[in-house]
Amino acid sequence: MTQDTLNFVFIGLSFALYIWIAVKSRAASTSDYYTAGGGVSPLANGMATAADWMSAATFISMAGTVAISGYDASRFLMGWTGGFVLLTILMVPYLRKFGKATVPDFIGDRYYSKFARGVAVVCAIFICMTYIMGQMRGVGVVFSQLFGIGIPAGVIIGAAIVFFYAGLGGMKGITYTQVAQYCVMAFAYTIPAIFIAIALTNNFIPQLGLIGNFTAGTETVPFLEKLNSINTELGFAEYTSGKLSTVNMFCITAALMCGTAGLPHVIVRFFTVKSVRAVRISACWTLLFIAVIYLTAPTIGAFARVNLIQKLNGTSYSEVPAWFMEFEATGQMAWVDKNSDGKIQYSGPGKSEAKTDAVFQGGAPSYPAYDAPENQRVGPSGERLLANKADDSNPNELWFGNDIMVMANPSMANLPKWVIALLMAGCIAAALSTAAGLLLVLSTSISHDLMKKIIKPELSDKEEVSYARIASFMALAVATYFGINPPSAFIAKTVAFAFGLAASSFFPTLLIGIFYKRMNREGAMAGMLAGITFTIGYILYFQFLGGHKEQLLFGIEPEGIGFVGMLINFGLSFVVSAFTPAPPQDVQDMVASIHIPSGAGDASHH
Amino acid sequence: MKIDHPLAHRRACLHIVLCLLVAWFMVSFGCGILFRDWLDANAPSVGHAPFGFWMAQQGSIISFIFLLVIYAFLMNRLDAKHGYSESK
Repeated sequence: MTQDTLNFVFIGLSFALYIWIAVKSRAASTSDYYTAGGGVSPLANGMATAADWMSAATFISMAGTVAISGYDASRFLMGWTGGFVLLTILMVPYLRKFGKATVPDFIGDRYYSKFARGVAVVCAIFICMTYIMGQMRGVGVVFSQLFGIGIPAGVIIGAAIVFFYAGLGGMKGITYTQVAQYCVMAFAYTIPAIFIAIALTNNFIPQLGLIGNFTAGTETVPFLEKLNSINTELGFAEYTSGKLSTVNMFCITAALMCGTAGLPHVIVRFFTVKSVRAVRISACWTLLFIAVIYLTAPTIGAFARVNLIQKLNGTSYSEVPAWFMEFEATGQMAWVDKNSDGKIQYSGPGKSEAKTDAVFQGGAPSYPAYDAPENQRVGPSGERLLANKADDSNPNELWFGNDIMVMANPSMANLPKWVIALLMAGCIAAALSTAAGLLLVLSTSISHDLMKKIIKPELSDKEEVSYARIASFMALAVATYFGINPPSAFIAKTVAFAFGLAASSFFPTLLIGIFYKRMNREGAMAGMLAGITFTIGYILYFQFLGGHKEQLLFGIEPEGIGFVGMLINFGLSFVVSAFTPAPPQDVQDMVASIHIPSGAGDASHH
Repeated sequence: MKIDHPLAHRRACLHIVLCLLVAWFMVSFGCGILFRDWLDANAPSVGHAPFGFWMAQQGSIISFIFLLVIYAFLMNRLDAKHGYSESK
């Protein structure tokens, strides 16, 4: 069987499974639609939440980021798992006891204000929207590689599938589909890692291989030592020590952790289980399932780094493996023969006087048009030529995107074809599961929090669900549009936005709301608005309006500024609430009651 | 035995949460970031990986799982002691 046939078989089978599950468990009532009727088992909810949490970007790019930046990438590994500890011990048991279906619901009731609810709705919509755009793009890219169609067509096919089962099944359908998707993802991620670990370190557990010996060379040396020496020989920083300053590592990790604990689409997942006790157990399962992937990512990154350098550096173009040309054709790898010796040379900033390692000028590769003369498209060794001018300040000739590490890994290690097909299926599962979960939160925010609670309180249950379906259709249309026309480099930058916003708005406001009875509407609103304004302003200024590095506050990158925004939110909330009247008695009683874990009942949307 | 006293329950609960938060901070920010250089140089390495680096990429995540298991166990036991547990 050819690779294409295998891809089709694997993806087709996985799709048949998802759709079968979606049809079997379609939503019958509003409570099915929003919270799956509150009767999902902790284990199933754990798997579904893990699938929801791991997006296409996590699945594809994280290992690549680790491969390139070594220790520095720990901020993502710790940030995106450590946030679950905060989420579990500080937030979800109490919010589950409170018993409303959405996060804006809690903020609106706890701070007895429609305005607060409105701000929360806007934040929730914004966070979900930035996320879902990236997912649609990811689906589009995989589909276009698969069917050989354009990315726009790929995005539209993906959108149709997501709409079909998210709109049909509601939370219930999505939850059970995500359980299946998690299984596909976990196999797709770990199986290649195991094969490669055996090849490189003679150890079938990748995590032990990472701290074990490198056995594929002529002599046996510790694997990380080998990696460090490869890196430093080529002029890169040592793999196990980072380049990022401690203050940035700290702030970015903290912003990612607190952002995770404030993401509405993650919090909502825990409303689907039966009781507070089940919430705690479910959170353990969730983190365990996430850890399966997060503990494997650093090993894939490290193995891929060694493989990539050994297979490509110093190899003449006529002898490179076939996969290199495939990635060259899709524009994910490029080679510029700066010294015209026909061989690929890969090197880092340490090898040039200018301390640079850019292969060409400009951020992304661009190519001559298809009808350009052949000598502009194909180089002397047969390589694909770029339209970008070469960057001659350094000798580095090899460019590759972060995304290819995971996708190229099985080819680099000469793994069987079905592993690659499985990886494709896993990648689509990652994108679809996250997109569906986000879409549901988006549509709930619009139909429930915006339409029912703010604009038209007299909506009946049935109308509300139809509004939710209309809203998810509209949201998907917008996401599809941006998936087809990504506002250049925008998606990568908006990740900082989504987490910064969640860390500086939802996290502190929810936390004080749960633990501090005396916090009133005025304090919470002042803190929330100040935190958001500061964070958005800072990110906008440095990411989009061209602020200079020297102007950074304490040298903190925009990625980590959500942490400072959060401190501002906390500080201002306490100061303002000290000077304004205490909240009404019924709100204080409500806060006292959410600390009593029993009697949670079903999460309702009323 | 049923004590059923909301304030006592809440105090015990806060105690558990604070202890776990300290542990959470130490394994991630402490070992993985703030004291990493010192740990890399002085602590025994894990396999062939420097301790701080290993904590940042593997150890912290493993610790997080243990923290949540401990949390679920302690809290569910506390709820039972105060008579808040539900049959299922």
